[in-house]
Amino acid sequence: MTQMTMIQAITDAMRIELRNDEHVLVFGEDVAKNGGVFRATEGLYDEFGEERVFDTPLAESGIGGLALGLALQNYRPIMEIQFFGFVFEAMDSIASQLARLRYRSGGAYHAPVTIRSPFGGGVKTPELHADNLEGLFAQCPGLKVVIPSNPYDAKGLLIAAIRDNDPVIFLEHMKLYRSFRAEVPEEAYTIDIGKANIAREGKDITVITYGAMVQTALKAAEQLSKDNNIECEVIDLRTISPLDTETIAHSIKKTNRAVVVQEAQKQAGIGAQIIAEINDRALLYLDAPVGRVTAPDTVFPFAAAEDVWLPNENDIKNKVKEVIAF
Amino acid sequence: MVPEYGSEEIRKMFPMLRILDTQGHVVNEQQKPEMTNEELKELMRRMVYTRIWDQRALSLNRQGRLGFYAPVAGQEASMLASEFAMDQADWLLPSYRDIPQLVWHGLPMYKAFLYSRGHFGGGQYPRELHAVMPQIIIGAQATQTAGIALGLKKRKKKQIAFCYFGDGATSQGDVYEGMNFAGIYKAPAVFICQNNRFAISVPVEKQTASETLAQKAVAAGIRGIQVDGMDPLAVYAAAKNARMRALAGEGPTLIETLTYRYGPHTMAGDDPTRYRTDELTDEWEKKDPLIRFRLYLEKLGLWAREDEERTAEQAKKDVAEALKEADSVPKQKVTDLLGFMYENPTPAIKEQLEFYGAREGAQQ
Repeated sequence: MTQMTMIQAITDAMRIELRNDEHVLVFGEDVAKNGGVFRATEGLYDEFGEERVFDTPLAESGIGGLALGLALQNYRPIMEIQFFGFVFEAMDSIASQLARLRYRSGGAYHAPVTIRSPFGGGVKTPELHADNLEGLFAQCPGLKVVIPSNPYDAKGLLIAAIRDNDPVIFLEHMKLYRSFRAEVPEEAYTIDIGKANIAREGKDITVITYGAMVQTALKAAEQLSKDNNIECEVIDLRTISPLDTETIAHSIKKTNRAVVVQEAQKQAGIGAQIIAEINDRALLYLDAPVGRVTAPDTVFPFAAAEDVWLPNENDIKNKVKEVIAF
Repeated sequence: MVPEYGSEEIRKMFPMLRILDTQGHVVNEQQKPEMTNEELKELMRRMVYTRIWDQRALSLNRQGRLGFYAPVAGQEASMLASEFAMDQADWLLPSYRDIPQLVWHGLPMYKAFLYSRGHFGGGQYPRELHAVMPQIIIGAQATQTAGIALGLKKRKKKQIAFCYFGDGATSQGDVYEGMNFAGIYKAPAVFICQNNRFAISVPVEKQTASETLAQKAVAAGIRGIQVDGMDPLAVYAAAKNARMRALAGEGPTLIETLTYRYGPHTMAGDDPTRYRTDELTDEWEKKDPLIRFRLYLEKLGLWAREDEERTAEQAKKDVAEALKEADSVPKQKVTDLLGFMYENPTPAIKEQLEFYGAREGAQQ
């Protein structure tokens, strides 16, 4: 066990897989000598060289096409999109090409590609760096979307993503990169994609969330326990597509109440899909409508407006109390 | 000094390569490719065969026995002479019109018909076929070509990647990105831009103010060459040469073939009389690649009426048999489609497999 930040855990996962599997390649804008704009690939170029870890021209669509072509030559690409707000440039190569390769070839070809990309608010980035666009990709058949909330999960999920034989979008919340350290095993281990984690056990209400909102929800849960005697069960989805509907339904059958929390706008993210799944699977166990904590339906805020825009602990506490009092 | 647009200097940098004129006379002995008599006959056979197949496909489409089809008549030299320069192990990345190259590269014809009809079997390529399915998103194949070519280079394979797209595609970002990526990695790729002068109804003059499309290579720092796309020997020579250079580590080439399609853009209701004049089509019919190659081979005593007839008969017979084979392929089920989504089905896919499995069971 070592204490690692999430970004160190991410680098460690890539290093392990580069060592384990000669087919693994890492590429993107500034990932080689520079070690990535967040140092996520630091040291990988020095250890594995230009053949395995290399820079690309500044063109996201080209990076996606490159990944697909390399996958067809039996490589296992880890491509980086510098900020997920830039993903629209690569929308075709990810959603229309990588996601569909297995299907459109009737299983003859597949794309074992991991798409790594930072996103998320709270660090006052310029325009189109922090947008929560995971909802778009959760809507694309053929993809999986993974969003870790801590160093331990990040390493296990990234190794699993790299080893997955289908395309996985791995979204790294910028605020979580260095905000805290946690115990992370030194060896390789995996966490199943599509399996949620009960981050906190509770009996009164289920809070379903992912990404940076997991930490926010955990803090809110502690305060609700102390001040209001409400015990929240916090589910960290870890993967938003496919959803772990079993864990969600199981928890609600116990608590009979739920709040979904996301950093994305109300019309975006995955919240609405979660509520529809709850209605399908556990409606008769609900004592109150499922509450939602989201960002407002505006464009992602100007940096100086982040604090009033991003959902926070109070929003979660208020919504939990509202659902409990229904 | 950068040459000014429209100047003679740019035109001189991208002269059109022609080896056979419309009468089948060799006008450029120096650049004439070395081909055996057997190779010359085989190329002619493929061109005639494909013309017949195209005619059959049009009529089968009208009868509702084929679905999506993009006519190819007129482009036989551009398509088939360039494919003829490929090695069997080279990778082919076609656009939706480039079905003939796929078939001559080894795709069973009935699978091409399944693709046209919209059946997953049309994309299930045999392992030994080095090709990607026809690309509908114009330009996407160019960036994928860069990836395949880089992969071949990394693996030190003596193979290259051939990419096809039309004149309209050169306006797409992906075509520039693909050539530029291939250029910086010095990847073994050949990009073939088949300039048939129209992207549906939009003439090439409305795509770009560039005098040639070949000169777009300059922006990627790669070689660009313009050839007479109605001249099989010129197309073959250019493609062969580009292939050899790529193998020698000299990087990618963009080949612009000046060609024409006699039929509509696709069989989905396009009416070319709305945007093309009869005079233009007549002019290009005089440049027909079959006419000039036939004249050339007849003079060499390599082609006769019987060869032509035998080839046409064979094509018709093969089309009929392929159609029969396509008809015999089982219909698609939703459970088949769900099965192609992931290596391991997700919980949602599993639930839907159960639902549709039961529905399919009940229907039987």
